[in-house]
Amino acid sequence: MSDTKIEHHLTPELLMAYSAGTLPEAFGLVVATHVSMCDSCRAELDSFDAVGGCMMEEAGFVEMSKDSLAATIAMISASDTSEKRTAFAPAVPGVLPAPLKDYVGGDLEAIKWRSIGMGVKQAILPTGSDATARLLYIPAGAAVPDHGHRGTELTLVLQGAFEDEQDRFARGDVEVANEDLNHTPIADIGEDCICLAATDAPLVFNSLIPRLAQRFLRI
Amino acid sequence: MKKKKYSFPCDPSCEACRISRMLADTGTLQYARHKASPGGGVIITRPAELARATESDYVVSKKEDWIAQIIAIRDKQDQRAFAEVFSHFAPRVKSFLMKGGADAALAEECTQEVMATLWRKAHMFDPSRASVATWIFTIARNRKIDALRKQRRPEPEDLPWGPEHEPDAVEVIGLNQETAKLAEAIAELPAKQRKLIESAYFGDLSHSEIAKATGLPLGKIKSRIRLALERLRRAMK
Repeated sequence: MSDTKIEHHLTPELLMAYSAGTLPEAFGLVVATHVSMCDSCRAELDSFDAVGGCMMEEAGFVEMSKDSLAATIAMISASDTSEKRTAFAPAVPGVLPAPLKDYVGGDLEAIKWRSIGMGVKQAILPTGSDATARLLYIPAGAAVPDHGHRGTELTLVLQGAFEDEQDRFARGDVEVANEDLNHTPIADIGEDCICLAATDAPLVFNSLIPRLAQRFLRI
Repeated sequence: MKKKKYSFPCDPSCEACRISRMLADTGTLQYARHKASPGGGVIITRPAELARATESDYVVSKKEDWIAQIIAIRDKQDQRAFAEVFSHFAPRVKSFLMKGGADAALAEECTQEVMATLWRKAHMFDPSRASVATWIFTIARNRKIDALRKQRRPEPEDLPWGPEHEPDAVEVIGLNQETAKLAEAIAELPAKQRKLIESAYFGDLSHSEIAKATGLPLGKIKSRIRLALERLRRAMK
């Protein structure tokens, strides 16, 4: 799947960190999902991979042990090997791109939502603990309480659209928020909004009630 | 200076010369690769210049591109081609993994697995979107995440090239050139920025620390890859 109308893209540092393999898994999931929908970022990511290829070519070498080639060939023969060249398997249609389907275990209907109040629902996805990824369901016209960020928050729209103090974000768009941004995302009236959000530090809510709720909702 | 003439095509069966002839016919690029210069001398000149090409014009890049070996592995399970790729890349992959924190024994083991993956996934390699070095880097990087960071790595939706979508020779050559230029550009960066990129790829810089390392000249290679993706998307329809 590739959407051509995407206006908000990943930053070069996120793509480079993903290419280098140093991005926390939760952020990696946002990158992989956005790249599945956006050929512009896919081409940029492939370019960062090319930088990695150049670095690997130039970064010296450490001799392999004497029998390593034979051992590798033995490994290849043992596992009876080369996968067949397959024709294109077009992505199964649906709302969630392939990498996200892997984490959810299916498309939208497989998501196990939990209500967090005001009609907003979330589903936390299983990733490494250095950052968390969740799916958010915001009913048409509803708002996520006003909040700021201690670290980085990535929000990728999968269905519908939301608007905050910065701009409007629709399917495929990703908002990269950091310490400087306080915002109150509000879902468009037309359709319920579903987003993938990843954070590497808890959000900072600017009013008391969500702050209290935060303790047991793990937002 | 002694000027040595090259004949064209060098050999009736020379694949590279066949490609150059094809490119000459389309009027885009001239490209020749000669058996006389093992490892692949590559020439890119205007059509008129090809006829009087001399050795100094001839070798633009002595760098092997390894594409033929990967295709031989893919189509013929060619162990000799595999041994060539192995002897060039395995020590580099091992070095990359050790810089990332693996000890020698783990790096050796992972490198063998990376090279075995290369054999198994040869059908996934698309030379219009990545050089062989780039592709092997991505396999090594994925192995590093599994083995050292012990995390899952979410992968973008696959865009494989199927048998009916062999990449276009012009695109392959174009990507090769851009990759070579990128390598030059990286080599010419100020030491401080180069060091940053090294620690981004070999060390453990966070994405916010990496911000200072970006600003690489990626525009041209990105538009090349973008074109290849567009062609692939059209073919998928």
